[in-house]
Amino acid sequence: MEKGGLGLEITELRLGLPGSCGPSLVDKNDKKRVFSEIAEDKNSTTDEKSTQTKSQVVGWPPVCSYRKRNSFQEKDHLKKESKMYVKVSMDGAPFLRKIDLNMHKGYSDLALALEELFDCFGISEALKDADNSEQVPIYEDKDGDWMLVGDVPWEMFIESCKRLRIMKRSEAAKGFGLQLKGFPKGFIKDVTK
Amino acid sequence: MNYFPDEVLEHVFDFLTSHRDRNAVSLVCSLWYRVERFSRQRVFIGNCYAISPEKLITRFPGLKSLTLKGKPHFADFNLVPYDWGGYVQPWIEALAKSRIGLEELRLKRMVVSDDSLELLSRSFANFKTLVLVSCEGFTTDGLAAIAANCRFLRELDLQENEIDDHSGHWLSCFPDSCTSLTSLNFACLKGEINLASLERLVARSPNLRSLRLNRAVPLETLQKILMRAPLLVDLGTGSYVHDPDSETYNKLKTTILKCKSIRNLSGFLEVAPRCLPAIFPICLNLTSLNLSYAAGIHGSELIKLIRHCAKLQRLWILDCIGDKGLEVVASTCNELQELRVFPSDPFGVGHDAVTENGLVAISIGCPKLHSLLYFCQQMTNAALITVARNCPNFIRFRLCILDPTRPDPVTMKPLDDGFGAIVQSCKLLRRLSLSGLLTDQVFLYIGMYAEQLEMLSVAFAGDSDKGMLYVLNGCKKLRKLEIRDCPFGNMALLSDVGKYETMRSLWMSSCEVTLWGCKTLAKVMPRLNVEIINEHDQMEICAEDGQRVEKMYLYRTLVGPRKDAPEFVWNL
Repeated sequence: MEKGGLGLEITELRLGLPGSCGPSLVDKNDKKRVFSEIAEDKNSTTDEKSTQTKSQVVGWPPVCSYRKRNSFQEKDHLKKESKMYVKVSMDGAPFLRKIDLNMHKGYSDLALALEELFDCFGISEALKDADNSEQVPIYEDKDGDWMLVGDVPWEMFIESCKRLRIMKRSEAAKGFGLQLKGFPKGFIKDVTK
Repeated sequence: MNYFPDEVLEHVFDFLTSHRDRNAVSLVCSLWYRVERFSRQRVFIGNCYAISPEKLITRFPGLKSLTLKGKPHFADFNLVPYDWGGYVQPWIEALAKSRIGLEELRLKRMVVSDDSLELLSRSFANFKTLVLVSCEGFTTDGLAAIAANCRFLRELDLQENEIDDHSGHWLSCFPDSCTSLTSLNFACLKGEINLASLERLVARSPNLRSLRLNRAVPLETLQKILMRAPLLVDLGTGSYVHDPDSETYNKLKTTILKCKSIRNLSGFLEVAPRCLPAIFPICLNLTSLNLSYAAGIHGSELIKLIRHCAKLQRLWILDCIGDKGLEVVASTCNELQELRVFPSDPFGVGHDAVTENGLVAISIGCPKLHSLLYFCQQMTNAALITVARNCPNFIRFRLCILDPTRPDPVTMKPLDDGFGAIVQSCKLLRRLSLSGLLTDQVFLYIGMYAEQLEMLSVAFAGDSDKGMLYVLNGCKKLRKLEIRDCPFGNMALLSDVGKYETMRSLWMSSCEVTLWGCKTLAKVMPRLNVEIINEHDQMEICAEDGQRVEKMYLYRTLVGPRKDAPEFVWNL
């Protein structure tokens, strides 16, 4: 994934001691972050060649969110009204649960709902700081890959999420050893076998 | 003027309708300040965090009408997190405690709770007007309180709000004694409506002139309502779907013929195009038409409809009308002043979308055009130069090319010269949004020519700090500047720190500004709130000054850092 000048390095996950940020987070030569780079980043993991996903950068085109939700293609509207139930599993819990993604406004809202569902806490923290939290929320996307929750804009997430899993950090470390610098897509598949 | 008693001064000031004029008058001398403040009834606050409710109440004890805006404009595009702020509750609480006889409240991009609405409805005996635009945080329970408790309510206008709909009983909360409604707009509600209550409400509101329905109101009910309210001036239909061979539809056709006063038409949230002919007879009278939510009407049907609308001054439409359709608009609607063309499918290939040709056609046929919002596939410098020459009266010019860094497809050059022509020709331009491939040059033009510019929106443009500097130095009347994904950094930000006190606000996201730059600015300018929105919390772990700031929002204020900022907002 490109490290362009968008400041996305802030969201990059590392395991390491608090206070150590590593070498320069800012690539000073990459002054101008071009739109197509951003769009490609978001799609770099998809092999769909479609121009359809090309413009999925947060806030572009600048159509206000109310209008986006309410005016495009009649069939989209119908989809929004319907429920989007996905299964949620949590490591250590005997039963799976189901949650309606459409009922929630964003990631923090979802995290609170999950915490209530499983009567635990730590998921909201996990979304903010995955490095140090006990739980790691991940989801299976349309391609069957397991992704870390929170990377993509909310609307994109609910479109592509098929199921959720709240994984214990110890499980994640087990399958991969302790030296993780980010969560490349492939590894999580191994872990969840 | 010093020889006149205060009452005469007050009477003279009554003729000043604009806020700016009254603000100017209050600066002349302390006598005028005093007379002005006691006689002021309408106050506009463009940033709710620039001043406190207590100061407002102290200065204007005669306040009757208040307008407040909360979140920054880019919140419309999901760039501002959900609980950033903009709460109306402290305002309503303070006003309720005071002796202010509030009659009108207009809010934009604010968080409004049911409790706020309940308190509002109980605190002001003479409350008449509530307008909520792009607000959130409330449900139909709050609306029920307004309906039930505001005995003299005239206007309830809900535009594009996110409202939790607990279903339609709120309409039944208007008491039978409520007969004062002049304007009711609930088009943005998603849930069911008690249709019988709605009909009875319309029947007992003889002064109703503006009514905008939501999706849940079917065509049968529309017909019945129009029978009761033939004097409507502004109509927003709900669901406009029926069998055109049915008796209901025929009844509608006859009823509409009686509605000779309708000048604004909107809605068609669900539509059966074969039913559109029923409205053709009133199209000739229309001055405003909003079909931007009517996704079910295709290009050719839109064109057929437009041909009937010769007197149109304002048109909001989807881009499925195509360039051909815009040519029809150009030849039919010669009185057109405002045009908005929205994308019908922002992520798609967009073969229906409009191009520079549609805009050029409009500029030829509609010389009175002064406000434009245009989403298109592409734009050329030549087209913009032509448009600038044909329409020198632009006040608002917002162009959005769906691929925002697209060059002129004919010459492959940036669109600097095109926008340069616009700012040079349109001397009254107050608002401008740019897109397309743009270098520092366009900002040089803007700084040189856009003397009246008050609001500028920039995305994915420019090459260096010079771009931003040209604008800050050149545009003396600049009030709002919002920038995303541009290579502007600390040098530009800090070059003229005093400038920001002459502006309402500055937004910069995904630019080159660093934490050090923001901290420096905050230190030097205590009357600015410099807020960093930091959603990912990495900054707490390693807040290096050299780190780029993802989102910065700064605004002038008389009341210091706000106390309701959430965890992820840092006030430096």
